[in-house]
Amino acid sequence: MPKLSQEAVQKINFTLNGEAETGMAEPRMLLSDFLRNVMGVTGCHVGCEHGVCGACTVQIDGKAQRSCLTLAVQVDGRRVDTVESLAGRENELTDLQQNFKTHHGLQCGYCTPGILMSATEYLQQNPDPSEAEVRDMLSGHLCRCTGYAGIVNAIMATAKERQEKSSAAE
Amino acid sequence: MADMIKDHVLDRPNSYIGRSVPRPNAKRLLSGRGTFTDDIKLPRMTHVAFLRSTYAHAEIVSIDVSAAKESDGVVAVVTGVEMAEVCSPWVGVLSHLEGLKSAPQHALAVKKASWQGEPVVAVVANSRAEAEDAIELIDIEWKELPVVTDMETALDDATPLIHPELGDNLAWRRDLDVGDVDNAYAKADHVIEETYISNRHTGVCLETRGILADYNPGEDQLTIYHSTQAPHMMQSLFAKHLDIDEQKVRVICKDVGGSYGIKVHSYPDEYATVALAYMLKRPVKFTADRLESFTSDIHARDHRIKTKIAVSNEGEIQAFEIDDLTGIGPYSVYPRTSGIEANQVVNLTGGQYLNPNYRARATVVLQNKSPMCQYRAVGHPILTMITEGMVDDAARKIGMDPLEIRRKNLVPDDAYPYTAPSGLPFENLSHQASLEKLVKMLDYDGLRKDQAAAREQGIYRGIGLATFIEVTNPGPAFYGVGGAPISAQDGATMRLDAKGNVIVEIGVTEQGQGAEAVVAQCAATALGVTMDKIKVIAGDTDITPYGGGTWGSRAAGIGGEAAVQAGKALRQNVVEVAGIMLQSDPATLDIRDNQIVDIADGNERMELSEVGRVCYYRPDTLPKDYQSELVVTRHYVPKQFPFAFTNGVQGCYLEVDTNTGFIEFIKYCVVEDCGTVINPQLVDEQVRGGVIQGLGGALYEECLYSPEGQLLNATMADYLVPMAAEMPDIEVGHVESPTLDSELGAKGAGEAGTGGAPAAVMNAINDALDPLGGKVTVQPFTPERILQAIGKI
Repeated sequence: MPKLSQEAVQKINFTLNGEAETGMAEPRMLLSDFLRNVMGVTGCHVGCEHGVCGACTVQIDGKAQRSCLTLAVQVDGRRVDTVESLAGRENELTDLQQNFKTHHGLQCGYCTPGILMSATEYLQQNPDPSEAEVRDMLSGHLCRCTGYAGIVNAIMATAKERQEKSSAAE
Repeated sequence: MADMIKDHVLDRPNSYIGRSVPRPNAKRLLSGRGTFTDDIKLPRMTHVAFLRSTYAHAEIVSIDVSAAKESDGVVAVVTGVEMAEVCSPWVGVLSHLEGLKSAPQHALAVKKASWQGEPVVAVVANSRAEAEDAIELIDIEWKELPVVTDMETALDDATPLIHPELGDNLAWRRDLDVGDVDNAYAKADHVIEETYISNRHTGVCLETRGILADYNPGEDQLTIYHSTQAPHMMQSLFAKHLDIDEQKVRVICKDVGGSYGIKVHSYPDEYATVALAYMLKRPVKFTADRLESFTSDIHARDHRIKTKIAVSNEGEIQAFEIDDLTGIGPYSVYPRTSGIEANQVVNLTGGQYLNPNYRARATVVLQNKSPMCQYRAVGHPILTMITEGMVDDAARKIGMDPLEIRRKNLVPDDAYPYTAPSGLPFENLSHQASLEKLVKMLDYDGLRKDQAAAREQGIYRGIGLATFIEVTNPGPAFYGVGGAPISAQDGATMRLDAKGNVIVEIGVTEQGQGAEAVVAQCAATALGVTMDKIKVIAGDTDITPYGGGTWGSRAAGIGGEAAVQAGKALRQNVVEVAGIMLQSDPATLDIRDNQIVDIADGNERMELSEVGRVCYYRPDTLPKDYQSELVVTRHYVPKQFPFAFTNGVQGCYLEVDTNTGFIEFIKYCVVEDCGTVINPQLVDEQVRGGVIQGLGGALYEECLYSPEGQLLNATMADYLVPMAAEMPDIEVGHVESPTLDSELGAKGAGEAGTGGAPAAVMNAINDALDPLGGKVTVQPFTPERILQAIGKI
């Protein structure tokens, strides 16, 4: 791998929310800054920039990751999905997003994109979690407004609905 | 008044008031399509970063910015002296806090820095990264000055002065002595003394403070996008300190990522950002990073309170006495001042109890730490902790159950209106009803049995009760009378368009608490349309009626009432036109579900949109001497009482692990009386979120300072906040005592959870530790402090 100078701007080819995209970034640029300031994807929020609060969570190749602990150059050739990808082109909320609305799982909405990106992946891996497991997963996300109850309820309700749907299909 | 009763908003058909309507803006936020301040980009936009003082107290000997000016991408480098030519200094005092003093404070430090984190030099560059690069190249020679950090010694003769021109380090003192406390002591069976400490913590908004200012010299117009709670206040302040006409300053506040009082103050770096845009005639953006948030956002609640309570053997409370010492940093914060927190403690301590003898002293001192000011539930967490701590101290002393002593001493619900010893009038509180409801929700007797059974097995569980009073719907008595440019009044402008849709422009602002939803519910109900017809516009000083914004739990109670009155007035205007069109008496017509109907039988006469169509497109079909008015504005400010005081009670059942000092919540219940509940789901989650924020201060959060005034834990990894796994499920119940000051009857609910939680959890821990002879009095109640209390470490 060639050594990069600090100033050398890098071309990053990647898939962003299902579309092939190209952007330029300095080697030191964080993925969170790249997404927000270069690509204009402002649904990725920045809360602490040291990997604690979880607001900037996106999915890289389908796995929930902190974009503030990732350099932009690291996503070259990879797939990045942000909260904007969930509702898709049809602008229809996913069942998880809909449950956040129904169960009042948000107030200011700043932490919400990160939680949605984590929870979306989490439910794929753990379709039938206990409340304690959901709360444990949420320990990577700070919500300063709610009492977490609405968030937990929204995730639990989504899991339950999906279980009911799949057992009805069988 | 007669009309109000005839056509009362709470009697409207198809009402949205009292219904858990999902927030109209939820989809936007869930889709990642909100507009937070840092999301906005403007042409030729620059970024500012600040060199901040690394010392708590140091003189600026010299500043060399020559290398920084040559750095890549740098547009300007501005020092405090240069900034002072554009932005005038301010002094954070209010005339109704008599004797409060503070020193002039600048946007950038001029001669010296007085806390670690104070902005000193501004660097504007094409990117934030380039601005930070240039900061590294600034050479400042500092001369360290002696540091004042300990509030206990701040007034000692040997302690150096932070601002020598003030003569001492005392910012403010208030004394209150009501009834005959000394006589009560002489007669009392017991006088119990204790010292409680609430340590300094801060708001940690997930969205840090942010501002984007743009100056257009062509129209002499400043446009400021700001993550704030009080747009009109900020408009007034920016105009004043830049010496610009207020009408030439527009403050726009889009989505706000949490505020909790942190964003209701004015900050030096924000004045500097606006001044830089004015100087450079191009947009300048400032977004605080997390370190800057910890060291430059306001902190709160650094108090040491000595308490005394007098009680008879029968459990009658005979006197309260408190001596509150608080350190507020080097300046009283502008414009709300840093005296209000201590003032609340003096005003409200013990206010829920029948006791005529009350003595209080508040001493507010300066120190070289981050400035302190009002944060959610201002003063309430402290005053409720000491009030309810004292009451439990008394109960333990005489061997009375904590529930019984409260039943015995709470001001009866039928005694209102009632005036507290401090002179504050309470309209209609429901302490008794709330407590009895809580007792049922908790299954208090059942918990006492469980506690006794657990103790036999060596398991230590405790119940904590915390009754509280809550300040909401503040009138001008809070700030306006003292000279602050903060509107107590708020307005709503409602306009019906040609298609039957309704725009509501409102002075209160959305911070995530659901103000837009509540205003839409009130407007839709009062007018008679469905929620989907309503669009609420808030947070723009050029558009909305002049108003106070969102703080002090005023958005629903004050903004909601303004929307109700505007909706009723617009309905009157609409049925007037409809009466002409339908050749019916307007008094026989109403609007229901977007239809003009006959009041008598609900028969649909005409679509509401038809009124819009005719008034705008075919007014020629109306009589020549008639002019329709489909836009109305109505205002509201509480007039009968200075505040709509509310009340509630929290109950907590928890287990203390006496080997680790960890606590585990078993049950947590809250009863809140916020008058008319407009949206139960929003209110309940306000209360829950509030409790969690209170529990943060009670259990985890503390701004730790070294003796040199260095903040030691200014990262989210080191400053602990409540996360989902540790937090209890919280059950919320309601008692509804509407305020008669408004037709809607709504009081606020935003402070309740935060105000009561520390007291409830402290009393529960102490109830658990009592058999071991342990007691905690220092917040946060960390495992270490719990183990120390029982002599384990």
